[in-house]
Amino acid sequence: MLEDGSVFDGIGFGYPTKVAGEVVFNTGMVGYTETLTDPSYRGQILCLTYPLVGNYGVPSRDVKDGFGLPKYFESERIQTKGLAIHELSSTASHWSCIRTLDEWLYDERIPGIHGIDTRELTKKLRMNGVMAGAIEVSEQEIDVAKLQAMIKNESYDKTNFMPEVSTSEPQEYGDKSLDCIVLLDTGTKYSIIRNILRTGYRVVRLPWDATYEQVMSYKPKGVVISNGPGDPKVCKSTIKTAEKLIKSSAPTLGICLGNQILALAGGADTYKLKFGHRGQNKPCIDKNSNQVYVTSQNHGYGIDPESMKKTGFKVWFSNADDSTVEGIEHSSKPIIAVQFHPEASPGPYDCMFVFDRFSEIIKGIKDGKSKVEKQVEALNAQKDHMPQPAKSGRRKKTVEPKPKQQRRER
Amino acid sequence: MRFADKVYALPINTEYVEKVIESERPDSIMLGFGGQTALNCGVALHEKGILQRYDIRVLGTQIDGIKVTEDRQLFKEAMIKSGVPVLHSISVYSLEEAQKAAKEIGYPVIIRVAYTLGGRGGGVAYNEYELQEIVQRGLSLSMVHQVLIERYVGHWKQIEYEVMRDYKGNSVIVCNMENVLAMRVHTGDNVVIAPSQTLNNSEYHMLRSAALRATSYCGIVGECNIQFALEPESEQYCAIEINARLSRSSALASKATGYPLAYMAAKIGLGYSLPELVNKITKATTACFEPSLDYVVLKMPRWDFGKFELVKRRLGSAMKSVGEVMAIGRSFEEVIQKAVRMCDIGKDGLVANTGDPVLQEQDVDIESIEQSLLHPDDRIIFTVVKALKAGMTIERIYKLSAIDPWFLEKIKNIVDIEEQLRKSSFDEALIRRAKKCGFSDKQIGRCSGLDEIKVRNLRKKFGITPVIKQIDTLAAEWPAKTNYLYLTYGGQTDDIAIGRGDSRLIVLGAGPYRIGSSVEFDWGTVNMVLGLKESGIKEISVINCNPETVSTDYDISDRLYFEELTLERVLDICEKENPTGVVTCVGGQVANNLTTKLARNGISIIGTSSEDVDRAEDRAKFGQMLDSLGIKQPAWKKFTELAEAKDFAESVGYPVLVRPSYVLSGAAMKVVWGEQQLERFLTDATNVSPDHPVVISKFLQDASEAEVDAVSDGKNVVIGSIIEHIDNAGIHSGDAMMCIPPWRLDRKTIDTITDYTMRIGRALNVKGPFNIQYLVKDDEVSVIEANVRASRSMPFVSKFVGLNLLNLAAKAMTGKPLPAAARDMWLKTTGFGIKVPQFSFMQLEGADIVLGVEMQSTGEVACFGNSFYDALSKAYMAAGYSLPLSGSALITIGGQKNKEKLLPIVSLVSSLGFRIMATEHTAEFLKNNKFKDIQEVFKISEPDRKPNISDLLYERKIDFIINIPATSTIEKYVGMLYDEYQIRRKAVEMGVPVLTTAEAASSFIRTLEWLRNNTPTLGPLKNYINLG
Repeated sequence: MLEDGSVFDGIGFGYPTKVAGEVVFNTGMVGYTETLTDPSYRGQILCLTYPLVGNYGVPSRDVKDGFGLPKYFESERIQTKGLAIHELSSTASHWSCIRTLDEWLYDERIPGIHGIDTRELTKKLRMNGVMAGAIEVSEQEIDVAKLQAMIKNESYDKTNFMPEVSTSEPQEYGDKSLDCIVLLDTGTKYSIIRNILRTGYRVVRLPWDATYEQVMSYKPKGVVISNGPGDPKVCKSTIKTAEKLIKSSAPTLGICLGNQILALAGGADTYKLKFGHRGQNKPCIDKNSNQVYVTSQNHGYGIDPESMKKTGFKVWFSNADDSTVEGIEHSSKPIIAVQFHPEASPGPYDCMFVFDRFSEIIKGIKDGKSKVEKQVEALNAQKDHMPQPAKSGRRKKTVEPKPKQQRRER
Repeated sequence: MRFADKVYALPINTEYVEKVIESERPDSIMLGFGGQTALNCGVALHEKGILQRYDIRVLGTQIDGIKVTEDRQLFKEAMIKSGVPVLHSISVYSLEEAQKAAKEIGYPVIIRVAYTLGGRGGGVAYNEYELQEIVQRGLSLSMVHQVLIERYVGHWKQIEYEVMRDYKGNSVIVCNMENVLAMRVHTGDNVVIAPSQTLNNSEYHMLRSAALRATSYCGIVGECNIQFALEPESEQYCAIEINARLSRSSALASKATGYPLAYMAAKIGLGYSLPELVNKITKATTACFEPSLDYVVLKMPRWDFGKFELVKRRLGSAMKSVGEVMAIGRSFEEVIQKAVRMCDIGKDGLVANTGDPVLQEQDVDIESIEQSLLHPDDRIIFTVVKALKAGMTIERIYKLSAIDPWFLEKIKNIVDIEEQLRKSSFDEALIRRAKKCGFSDKQIGRCSGLDEIKVRNLRKKFGITPVIKQIDTLAAEWPAKTNYLYLTYGGQTDDIAIGRGDSRLIVLGAGPYRIGSSVEFDWGTVNMVLGLKESGIKEISVINCNPETVSTDYDISDRLYFEELTLERVLDICEKENPTGVVTCVGGQVANNLTTKLARNGISIIGTSSEDVDRAEDRAKFGQMLDSLGIKQPAWKKFTELAEAKDFAESVGYPVLVRPSYVLSGAAMKVVWGEQQLERFLTDATNVSPDHPVVISKFLQDASEAEVDAVSDGKNVVIGSIIEHIDNAGIHSGDAMMCIPPWRLDRKTIDTITDYTMRIGRALNVKGPFNIQYLVKDDEVSVIEANVRASRSMPFVSKFVGLNLLNLAAKAMTGKPLPAAARDMWLKTTGFGIKVPQFSFMQLEGADIVLGVEMQSTGEVACFGNSFYDALSKAYMAAGYSLPLSGSALITIGGQKNKEKLLPIVSLVSSLGFRIMATEHTAEFLKNNKFKDIQEVFKISEPDRKPNISDLLYERKIDFIINIPATSTIEKYVGMLYDEYQIRRKAVEMGVPVLTTAEAASSFIRTLEWLRNNTPTLGPLKNYINLG
């Protein structure tokens, strides 16, 4: 049962427990390890629209990219509260696989449900908007009233997830000798760190509530405000820091939640989208060149374009499907932001040039090369950092049938 | 005008296209929509300076871009420049170079022959010994004496991406696909699944990015397909090739995603940018996006090896399938079982089929299974099932077959469910699971000893029914008003609600293309739908499962069910739709065979009633009817015992035509010339028993054949045309060259045929299309058979006569009278229309090209002209015959009677100035008949005797061959007649025309004669139709 009372009976997997959260859907067809570990999904129950999940199992965290970051994961743990899918693959087949999706969820104590009509669930969310829901994986008869109470108590929009997803201590990545970029961690994905490192900087990752002064104490060449979960308006401290960054004309790049925070800091307004944008096939138009890029997205809030007047920001990217704001740039200051995920992972690498553009802004280069050239360059550079993992024997895991479980999604 | 303003039915070559350009003076040309033929022709037009001379712009990918994708060396360089790895390969000109290259690359290597017709002669070498054999053969086959040695990666994953790109450089991936049989098998022969199943995010997007870089570097505009090989145990990959045009894969991708690739590519060619175009399904969002699927799609090829004698069934780098099906569902198990049924190869799914061998442990031949896994043929998926049942491990099967364990596990799941079904009684949970895994009611019934309908009723009691889901390109993220539908057990709720309707029909399509049923029946389906719409039917649904067809375009009908044409599924859809009736007469044999079964299940059939269809199909009933009408047919009888059959054959006299109802191996129909052969055929190839009767009829030699396409409204019969076969009876009507109007039949015969057709049509109460085949011998007309459905030749007739027979049929079937003006229109035509079959013997390694009563052609061409030879010459060229005006002819004729019959033709060949070569006996015969300058040549089996036919063929010193096998007058394959077979095979491989019947030889030579003094006419189709 969702908030509206509809119940989906399925087969439980992962960890037997009950959770409530905001139910959202993602239309990507690959990348469940990256998706599940994306901190932007904090507090949410995720429904994948692609019906067959778990095919290639779960790789080891020990597989690292050229920068020593886990290659297939975007944070330390599964961030979603629960997972709802059509069919959990009975087998996992991939050279990189060390355990099944089922085992991974069990190990990380996340409940999952499969065997439900995910298309029907998606259509409900699309028509009625995202809503609260709950999953219970249990061998016992499920107590409907208890789950209803859990759903009632659920208030995604008011929750400040920052303490859960942000680093508590400053962390540094990359060669000490390099110039530094400060990353305000509002729930960052590893791939953002990866891409800043790729453009030749070292990264200082600071907690979400780091003050302007704390940021500046590292003498950064630029500041990146990361992606993250929840309503941007809840991140009051970050917005305050951002206001000062804008005021001081510090080169800043906002991504996803960071984009919304910069908009709020500049005086614009944000609103909640009916059912969000979550997938890997989202077309965005670059307003400067009219070029369209296919982007990876995961956001439930957007910037109100009307409110941007007099903020100094103008629309950089807009969504080709529904014209929502997908990126902003400041007309006089070295500040840019995108709503989509240029770091990809999961999703297409087409927009990695955003990081290169930011690097140019820092260096004061005025849009030197064409976007397409930059895109090709970014792709090539990205390729160079693809490690060829050590050959390992093909591993295959089969899901052990678990004792019969009762399960329910609400 | 529904499609083009003008249509030219002409050969696609520079000569003819230039003439059309000259008369039409277009300012632009599109090359990417007519397959490889059109692309090659476009490049040739450029090379010859024709495009430049007429100042014609190429829309879409430019010539330079096309060349990069076509030329191996340019392609290699382009890929390296765009940062995409390619396979290590080296071009060589000798065996020594080849050995060196192979050592450098490392075995195994694949040898590809440069510039050979049809890509033949290559192969995979695992060691130096094999290399030597293949390279020597390849070098002699190559026109430039060159072969390419390339690293062989058969066990790598074969992944394809479909790319759309506009002039501004916006590009999207519409679909990616994974080949289940890995790199080992040509994608056209592979089992293909979309999207890829075993790639993770990193691999998927690594290849996606590579696809975009590569296509951007090549300057692709419009649509293209790029193929990658991906190492299964790392992220190593290589680009294999780019097809800078719409391909079979693109058709598949379009149907798999609902993204109309060809339509969008055309728009892009005209200069639209991707973001300007609208997603045709949502009608609100942009076409510049990447479809997201919430279902899986599986393509399975259909082969027809059974039709060919001596053919090699092994799959590899050359494509051999003749058609394909696409199954949509929500699990791999569901789609693979659906696809097997859709192929219509007598299987009800992957397992639990009739005649499945009961495996006893002692008779499992593991070694032969292992060999079949290692060297796949068309039965590979069933071999996997066999291996699993024999207890082979997934790991072992993977190692041998290179099929990813993920797919194998899923197949094992199906095998396991079968076992449980056989063990348990009718258990609700198990049936539900089986249905989700694609089991049909028939399979379940077979496991539990129930009949199909009983299973249906039982499961419906449990509430186990499929649901309708939409294909909407974006996984339900945006509202889509799509009518593109499939049924699945992987869901709980129908996507659409179908209300009540009082004017609602379902039209059944024809399923996969195959030998005997190709695009003609799709033309029939589409024109029937359009005709019914015109006749006022409000809602029409189409059921079909062939991704190559127009009837499965979702904008043809009101609702499209991309589904199986099985009784079970059609009934499922009828239960959802509650139609006023079902049309079964346009989908060829597949749809027609459902007529009685549907009627028995309470579905009303639109058109001729199922009883009347049965009266035409049932030989006994049909014979009785003809007797009562006083119309003759060749003597025939049905037998259940060999002895009776022999007596009958003796009484009517050999040769006889034998049609078994059950075939063990080889062809299903055969002309038998003597008692011994009859006995052998009936014991080796079939079982004669009360369950499997055999029909034997008198085979008339030297009879000509004619057929009639007609439409009736129950009272009036409109004849589309009488069509005369150019070949004599004995060659399947699908393989025969045909002519409209008849060019040899006299007035009296035409009147008799017309009269018979009218009377049979009325007697069968036909409401809709029908076709009757006739034999004409010594002025006597007899009936071979009547088919109360759309026929293969109806598009040909409709186009030539300018009268759409299916549109008329739609009128007749909806109770509207046939217009009087339609009658006798064919008699008013002035020109000639000729249809020539297209064969694919080049691709079918080993197949003999001698024609017989079993159909073997895979396509056809039709050309039109002011005279018989005007039309015929163009039709020959269109079918790929070269028409030499001088040179040498090889003549080899078996049997005294044949030799005498051919004398006038040989003298014509000689008088046209061709040098004549002949084999020993033929040469002797010709010399005895006062032919001078006959060069005697020697058989391929005697390579030491020179001049040898084999050398002459390789040296291209023979321009065409008249090879009339003795087999056609005595019996096929007595003593193998291996020499003649070898000549035919070699000639086919070298692209030299071979004429195997007296009639074919005669019309070919007379065409050459005609071309001496005439030039074929050139004009759009409508110029040849005189509508008076």
